[in-house]
Amino acid sequence: MPQQRRDPAILEAWQDPDARPFLEIQNVTKVFDGGTYAVDDVSLRIYKGEFFSLLGASGCGKSTLLRMLAGLERCTQGRILIEGQDITRMPPYERPVNMMFQSYALFPHMSVEQNVAFGLKQERLSGREIRSRVSEMLELVHMSEYARRRPDQLSGGQRQRVALARSLAKHPKLLLLDEPLGALDRKLRERTQFELVNIQERVGTTFIMVTHDQEEAMTMSSRLAVMDAGRILQVGTPSEIYEYPVSRFVAGFIGAVNLFEGRVVTAEEDRVVIQSDDTPGEIVMYHAHPLAIGTPVTVALRPEKLRVMDEPPSDDRNWIQGTVREIGYLGDVSIYHVGTDRNRTVQVQVTNRARRTAGPLTWDDSVFLGWDTDAGVVLTA
Amino acid sequence: MNTGPAPADTAGASSLKRRFERGVKSLTQGRLGRAAVIALPYSWLLLFLLLPILIVLKISLAEIALASPPYTPMLQWAEERTLALQVHIGNYAYLWQDPLYVGAYMNSLKVAAVSTIFCLLIGYPMAYGIARAPAGWRIVLLMLVILPFWTSFLIRVYAWIGLLQGNGLINHLLLSIGLIDQPLVLLHSNFAVYLGIVYSYLPFMILPLYATLVRMDLTLLEAAADLGCPPWKAFLTVTLPLSMPGVIAGSLLVFIPAVGEFVIPDLLGGPDSLMIGRVLWTEFFSNRDWPVAAAVAIAMLAVILIPLLLFQRVGERETTRER
Repeated sequence: MPQQRRDPAILEAWQDPDARPFLEIQNVTKVFDGGTYAVDDVSLRIYKGEFFSLLGASGCGKSTLLRMLAGLERCTQGRILIEGQDITRMPPYERPVNMMFQSYALFPHMSVEQNVAFGLKQERLSGREIRSRVSEMLELVHMSEYARRRPDQLSGGQRQRVALARSLAKHPKLLLLDEPLGALDRKLRERTQFELVNIQERVGTTFIMVTHDQEEAMTMSSRLAVMDAGRILQVGTPSEIYEYPVSRFVAGFIGAVNLFEGRVVTAEEDRVVIQSDDTPGEIVMYHAHPLAIGTPVTVALRPEKLRVMDEPPSDDRNWIQGTVREIGYLGDVSIYHVGTDRNRTVQVQVTNRARRTAGPLTWDDSVFLGWDTDAGVVLTA
Repeated sequence: MNTGPAPADTAGASSLKRRFERGVKSLTQGRLGRAAVIALPYSWLLLFLLLPILIVLKISLAEIALASPPYTPMLQWAEERTLALQVHIGNYAYLWQDPLYVGAYMNSLKVAAVSTIFCLLIGYPMAYGIARAPAGWRIVLLMLVILPFWTSFLIRVYAWIGLLQGNGLINHLLLSIGLIDQPLVLLHSNFAVYLGIVYSYLPFMILPLYATLVRMDLTLLEAAADLGCPPWKAFLTVTLPLSMPGVIAGSLLVFIPAVGEFVIPDLLGGPDSLMIGRVLWTEFFSNRDWPVAAAVAIAMLAVILIPLLLFQRVGERETTRER
């Protein structure tokens, strides 16, 4: 997994209220001819040098938003500003923005070299400058040996590199990536994630990536936005979104999650006590904002935050009992599906520390599961 | 002793059976089967293309004679046990020496080339428009392009006579709105020949162009725009080069039949628009000089085919070099 080794100034830019955003998307809406809202009143501020991801299922409007940034789709409403300049009505060929297409869209009648040079030729640079930039770009993506090949003589991974080199060749202020790793097989995809982040750090360009793969978004992005039905549900760093999802949808979209529904019975200073039909005892969770008694809430707990215990806790809080129904061995960890006596299935993830554990869990074992007050979040949406 | 021959027999039978099965398999799947499949179109071409051409070639090497058929035979018994082979190349020398034939060839090539260029200039925007039209409209527009084929070619050319002649529809219209006060001479001119050929062969240009344009990946144009290329330039650097196979196919489909066109220059053309197809017809039917007519036909074939083969050879070499 790529290490996030960014300049802290860049990493923190969105927390500084005085920082000037590099890209501002203001209330952008896209309505297609049939009257469907592909993008519905989206506003975003993206800062220089960020690797920002738009994450969502197919049809959520993320690609339409990206295409509006590239100028390939017109905004029905709203404005897009880059460094304060309004580019909403600017045609794509005048924008300081380049895009890497999902299908790569390499020109089949041109060599690798000519593909990379295409954008530079439009700028009327001198032949020498074009040649030096092309070789610099091909070196960046390790494709110098293939300069004279045609796209149909390249593998999928090589084509992806050429597409990246072509979109970076003009030194755009903003690079848009539409599912850049979507067409690669799993092994190659993991390696390319690494490289893409490295290249982004080296060139310092602001990247906006569209993806449906939550793992990809988590590993590569500085921040990401979760989208559904044309709207942005949450914007934050990968850990913020994973640890503090704002809604059940976000919690369920990013990683696996166990959800317990209930009502607030007592609101202590920074904790809430919840009565749930899903658990035998009460649930006590940390929660910063006070909640009214009786509020319907959902407790979201990640599988790795649950603990396997031999007996119920003495205070009768934060626990559940069940039987192991299914076991998924993933090498480093094992996932257990535990069926509770209240007809729920709960996922637990256990790290496989030793090669042989003393009493490993097996099918039909009866187990007690517990968690801490800060192990999950209380959701009201 | 009894046991000896029996197993050998069954072994022989089973090996025979195996060999038979293998034979059937090779006939249906193996090289033999493939040869059988290829043999059918090849024998068709041999029988109905190569053989007739050879016959025409043979006639072109004979001399005119008062006989039936009206030319001298190639092989003849001269005396006893002497088979005389007569190859007469005078017809070709005659074609080369008489300026009428060279002029007619040149005129045919010129008319065909100019018509091809006009077909391309008119057909490309039409094919482009159809290919970029909404999917539901494309089939309707294509039908409109193909629709003239439902009427006889000859009738459509005759219709142009009605339109173009001195008291025809076009002159009538121009006179009545007062644009001209004398009928224009439109019929029996080079203009009428060009008009007729472009009109008749336009669909052959549009269809292959449409086929390549409709298959083009439109994200390539988005990529070009994204890389800073305005639409007109994207057309020249992306769309046009990618549609070259269609341009070449359409141009050949128009150029080759236009060179040998007979009906259109005969019906619409004037005395100065002499094309080789008409010369051929005159030689054959008016002069009844079969050998010269055959030589005209063979020379025409050479005029069209030799540049074409060279062109293809160059194209092939280029693609193999790129690989």
